[in-house]
Amino acid sequence: MSAFSAIIGQTVKASFRAGGGALTGLLFFLTVVTVFPFGVGPDLNLLARIGPAVLWIGVLLSLLLGLDRLFGQDREDGALELIMVSGEPLALFVFARAAGYWLAHGLPIVVVAPILGLILNLDALSLAAVTATLLVGSPALAMIGAVGGALTAGLARGGMLAAILVLPLSIPVLIFGVAAVNGAIADPDPFLAPFLILCAFTMFSAVLAPIAGAAALRLGLD
Amino acid sequence: MGTISSLANPTRFLSWSARILPFVSVLAAVTLGIGLYLSLVASPPDYQQGDSVRIMYVHVPASWLAMFCYLVMAGAALGTLVWRHPLADVSARAAAPIGAAFTFLALFTGSVWGKPMWGTWWVWDARLTSVLVLFIMYLGLLALWRAFDDPTRAAKVAAVLILVGFVNIPIIKFSVDWWNTLHQSASVIRLDGPSIAPSMLWPLVVMAVAYTLIFVALHLAAMRAEIYRRRARTTEILIAARRPSTAVRPAAAH
Amino acid sequence: MAQNSFPSPISVNAEDLACERGGRPIFEGVSFSLSGGEVLAIIGPNGTGKSSLLRMIAGLLFPVAGSVTIKAGTQEEGFLHFLAYGDGLRSVFTVEENLKLWSRIYGGETGGEAIYDALEEVGLAHAMHLPARALSTGQRRRAGLARLVLSKRPVWLLDEPTSGLDRDGEAVLGGLMRTHLDAGGAIIAATHLTLPVPPTRTLELQ
Repeated sequence: MSAFSAIIGQTVKASFRAGGGALTGLLFFLTVVTVFPFGVGPDLNLLARIGPAVLWIGVLLSLLLGLDRLFGQDREDGALELIMVSGEPLALFVFARAAGYWLAHGLPIVVVAPILGLILNLDALSLAAVTATLLVGSPALAMIGAVGGALTAGLARGGMLAAILVLPLSIPVLIFGVAAVNGAIADPDPFLAPFLILCAFTMFSAVLAPIAGAAALRLGLD
Repeated sequence: MGTISSLANPTRFLSWSARILPFVSVLAAVTLGIGLYLSLVASPPDYQQGDSVRIMYVHVPASWLAMFCYLVMAGAALGTLVWRHPLADVSARAAAPIGAAFTFLALFTGSVWGKPMWGTWWVWDARLTSVLVLFIMYLGLLALWRAFDDPTRAAKVAAVLILVGFVNIPIIKFSVDWWNTLHQSASVIRLDGPSIAPSMLWPLVVMAVAYTLIFVALHLAAMRAEIYRRRARTTEILIAARRPSTAVRPAAAH
Repeated sequence: MAQNSFPSPISVNAEDLACERGGRPIFEGVSFSLSGGEVLAIIGPNGTGKSSLLRMIAGLLFPVAGSVTIKAGTQEEGFLHFLAYGDGLRSVFTVEENLKLWSRIYGGETGGEAIYDALEEVGLAHAMHLPARALSTGQRRRAGLARLVLSKRPVWLLDEPTSGLDRDGEAVLGGLMRTHLDAGGAIIAATHLTLPVPPTRTLELQ
């Protein structure tokens, strides 16, 4: 357990040190969301309608940004080998890395999202719904992202490839995240069902993604 | 089991596949010919869709094969990871571009069919969307394979992605269905209307058999090519490991 | 270093190991056995699979054939230390932070004093609070050695342990190896140079 918390701590700390990507990711999120209205026009009603989706896509893209650093450095500096020799389960390491990644890259974005929601003309209910869905849904994105990071660890242009591999896999999370927000706003649509499915995705990916990521890391080293 | 494992030895595979490949290829061509005749000439036009229903005969088997190919790859991925069989990753690697091609064919013919049916090249129908995602996943796999320069490492990592995708495809399908019912009104025309008339079923069955035979022929040929490609690679390494004295001076140019 | 006894008996057994890289056979039929207090030197020219054999013992590579068994008394896991080219030092962290992380993962001592003592032993105490990026190659190797000092593990696997070390560094390595052997530990080293401690067994790969 000490090893587990040590890795989470190290991941979070490294993300905020010089060269860490947490602040870049946050800034990227701000920029993507800000750029959207320039593309679709300043119509406030339209922005209110697509706002939740814009925020979700912003989070998704921003979380893809640091994937190449997730395990790439571990491969370069030999840390991955040391972890494997230590006897700690590799899946636990992947889980810790993904959890740390979410704490450093995901959580700040979730906190900032409602503020950005304001400039997209979201009302209080939408803001609450977006924040809630991001809070339970974005960990799933970090977990799925960790699989992409593990698959491409040690590749020269791994980051771009990881994004390509991860995006199709994250479609379900995106669908149910946005569906739950819309369910909270528009009356006939359900909120609880998609929200609970979103929670299920997060738990499901928290179990399976570390196993798949560990397999990819171990086999990629062989 | 003994026969299967001896057939799966790469050298044995090369020898029996060389004998079987011409027959499968000819059989595939003949079946395709019959199937095309049945579907494009002999079968009746649909009372609603007219002649454009004939696109179905090239479209539906393509989408079946798109999924079948992934199934083959998932089986091969298990073979790579669980049994570490040398032919398994050759099989997965060879199946991927074929699967991508069938998926593209399904998308393309679906789009061509959609134009007269829906008046537009593309609708975000649940099926079309799922197939589009499948296509992107095939391309992602191909990109992953290309990104590694060591084929054995690539094979193992790709096998993990294939299985991750295999777990995910039903989830994606389910999500897209949900998303579709949420966003689209009931006016979406379903491709699987009422039960199909026997006069249309037979051409479809023949076409499906033809497509499967084409897949088998292409897959065998691609596997053979992949095995030779790997042997060439190994030979390069063996030559590099030889003594420098075995070098042959190139003939001087005149 | 206090008198530290590992759970005994310690044994490393390899039976009929075979290795293949990229479809090319590297070695086969490699067997050896080693017990506590012994040093096995794996020697041989480049490309004969010294590192691969070491990685196989470490469980990082799957053998094509054969098996490796490591035992240390009734201990269940956590037998190995692995020292190779990659030293696992993250450049944004200080030497202390780096060592502390590995100690927590390897179940070693994490206190500031223990880390200071270990660093002093390898001649790096002055750099304890410096970021790892400030270290030279030889100093990184020394930091790697401090990792071995902090967490007690019965079997050390060393890949070219003397590379990058100066004469003084080699003496430090020799001292650590001797202490480890005296405490009953075992060492397997792959090298094409001479080890600071004479090996009790030698395995030559062709």
